[in-house]
Amino acid sequence: MSDPEQKNPAAPTNGSNARAMEELHTPPMRLQFGPSHPATHGTVKITLDLEGEQVVWSEVEVGYLHRGFEKECETGYYYQNIPYTDRLNYSSPILNNVGYCMAVEKLFGIVTPPRCDYLRVIGGELSRLADHMLCIGASAMELAAFTPMLYLIEGRELMLDLVDALCGARVTTNFVRIGGVSADMPEGFREFAIERIDKALTLVEDANKLLTNNPVFRRRMEGTGYLSPKDLVAWGVTGPMLRAGGVPYDIRRVHPYLVYGDLDFEVPVGEHSDNFDRYLVRMAEIPQSRSMIVQCFDKLPGGPVNADDPRVRWPAKGRVFNRMEELIDQFKLVTEGGMAPVGEVYHAVEAANGELGFYIVSDGTGKPWKCRCRAPSFSNMSPLSKMITGGQLADVVPTFGMINMIGGECDR
Amino acid sequence: MTADNNGEKPAAPALPPLLRKVIDRLGAIVLEHKSAQGDDRINVARENILEAARMLRDDPELAFDLLLDVTAIDYLGQPDDFETNLQVWDQNRASMRRQPQRRHELVLPPRGPNPRFAVVYHLTSTAHLHVLRVKCRVPEDDPTIPSVTSLWPGANWLERETYDMYGIRFEGHPDLRRIYLYEEFVGHPLRKDYAKHGEQPIQEYVGPGAKEPRRPH
Repeated sequence: MSDPEQKNPAAPTNGSNARAMEELHTPPMRLQFGPSHPATHGTVKITLDLEGEQVVWSEVEVGYLHRGFEKECETGYYYQNIPYTDRLNYSSPILNNVGYCMAVEKLFGIVTPPRCDYLRVIGGELSRLADHMLCIGASAMELAAFTPMLYLIEGRELMLDLVDALCGARVTTNFVRIGGVSADMPEGFREFAIERIDKALTLVEDANKLLTNNPVFRRRMEGTGYLSPKDLVAWGVTGPMLRAGGVPYDIRRVHPYLVYGDLDFEVPVGEHSDNFDRYLVRMAEIPQSRSMIVQCFDKLPGGPVNADDPRVRWPAKGRVFNRMEELIDQFKLVTEGGMAPVGEVYHAVEAANGELGFYIVSDGTGKPWKCRCRAPSFSNMSPLSKMITGGQLADVVPTFGMINMIGGECDR
Repeated sequence: MTADNNGEKPAAPALPPLLRKVIDRLGAIVLEHKSAQGDDRINVARENILEAARMLRDDPELAFDLLLDVTAIDYLGQPDDFETNLQVWDQNRASMRRQPQRRHELVLPPRGPNPRFAVVYHLTSTAHLHVLRVKCRVPEDDPTIPSVTSLWPGANWLERETYDMYGIRFEGHPDLRRIYLYEEFVGHPLRKDYAKHGEQPIQEYVGPGAKEPRRPH
């Protein structure tokens, strides 16, 4: 960050021109960008000092959507906190459900049945598709390319239809349970899903034709928002932003969880670490997600979708109403929650924006002593000030768009 | 287990390779270590955190270049770290159930003998891909710890958040302010003695364009 009081270093020093600059020079203009600005998707306030159109100093303020997720989690039973995780990254909620439930399962030591793992990957990748489409569409719209946004929002709607068929809700999914998922996939879902995904991918292809070789779009994106790969790592940036800098760090590949170890997929990486490569990495991940979903459908095994562990599974309703043990079991689960073992775990999954980790500390009761969410958006946002200072005012918009800051997750 | 063990102490299970490497490098800085549920964890004293962090980051075989997370834990009223004193915990488990709380009141448990807070760092390496948790105990009467912002610039916001939520001051932090809450906020909400339904005093807006003070209803 440079000092706003400093004089413009680019001012020429020769003759009359220098005198003109001296006379015309004005102090930097302070611009408040946000918290609710039409060119940003998300509530964040950026304070900028401008010399002409050049940003000489900036400060980023987050926290407008803070609602005490972690405090709230400490007062709920483990199973009650799953809906809160929907509201973290609300454009890919199933990935958050999976991250939270897997951390709790790691704490309890529960092994989920294989069919559940495949369903979680299918749901998660559908969410990732929706998230990437929304990110690219919204970012393109902020650069005045409105048509691709219409295409991509339609594609996202198709993905949300599939999520709807899977769990009955478009956005507030609450799909994943501790030790399983809420329900098996419906009849004929495979054909329905592949048809919808292919339709969405043609829309993505249309957007690709409009954007990728569009000179205006490329000039706004190429070379802007640069951060060196070493800086990316030092600032804790993960996800498509880190991979666009050439670092192939993808949790699905480096610490395979669920069934990602059995799937055949590529991890696209960029090389320039600018906004355009971040866009390209997201574009390249969309067909990879489709391929993973198709592989999951091909390999989908039969069997139950919930682990049969008395600490977390709900007894069958017929038994609850007719037998004493199951009635007691249900009563204890509802009023005390499943008793977790003492300990602490950290488990990370690859969310749409990067590493989403949950750190849970258990004191041996039914409620977590602490439930910490390591949100990718928060760490990805922290170098924003460094990325925009020294650039043009217009570059703030694509840089912010490609970080894909999601307020619910960043501010928790 | 060998014969000369005499059954006094069961042989410790073999250390995971990462922990062995870390203990080799850091030596006596590591106060305590544990590997449980697939996670490796070391405890260091807060005076040594900068030295330990620098060694963890710069050693080529460890190379923890990516700081994932900084947070804290409030062990208010707990006998000890839940992990290290399991027996005490198990004995007291029934009596240690959390007290029922009224909406605006808090029943404060007694202070334990151990430092109240623990600052927790999660580190990973983009080259070796291992993950390590580093914990430092911080007492209640002097909640300070050296900042690691000089090593990982990404710690800046994470430490600000920990300060905001727990009131732990990071010494040497370039810009230690609240990050989510406003400056006038009273207390630190993730501390266990902050009631979930607690209320904050209303702050009058005093900036440009401020109107007449609000009249009481």
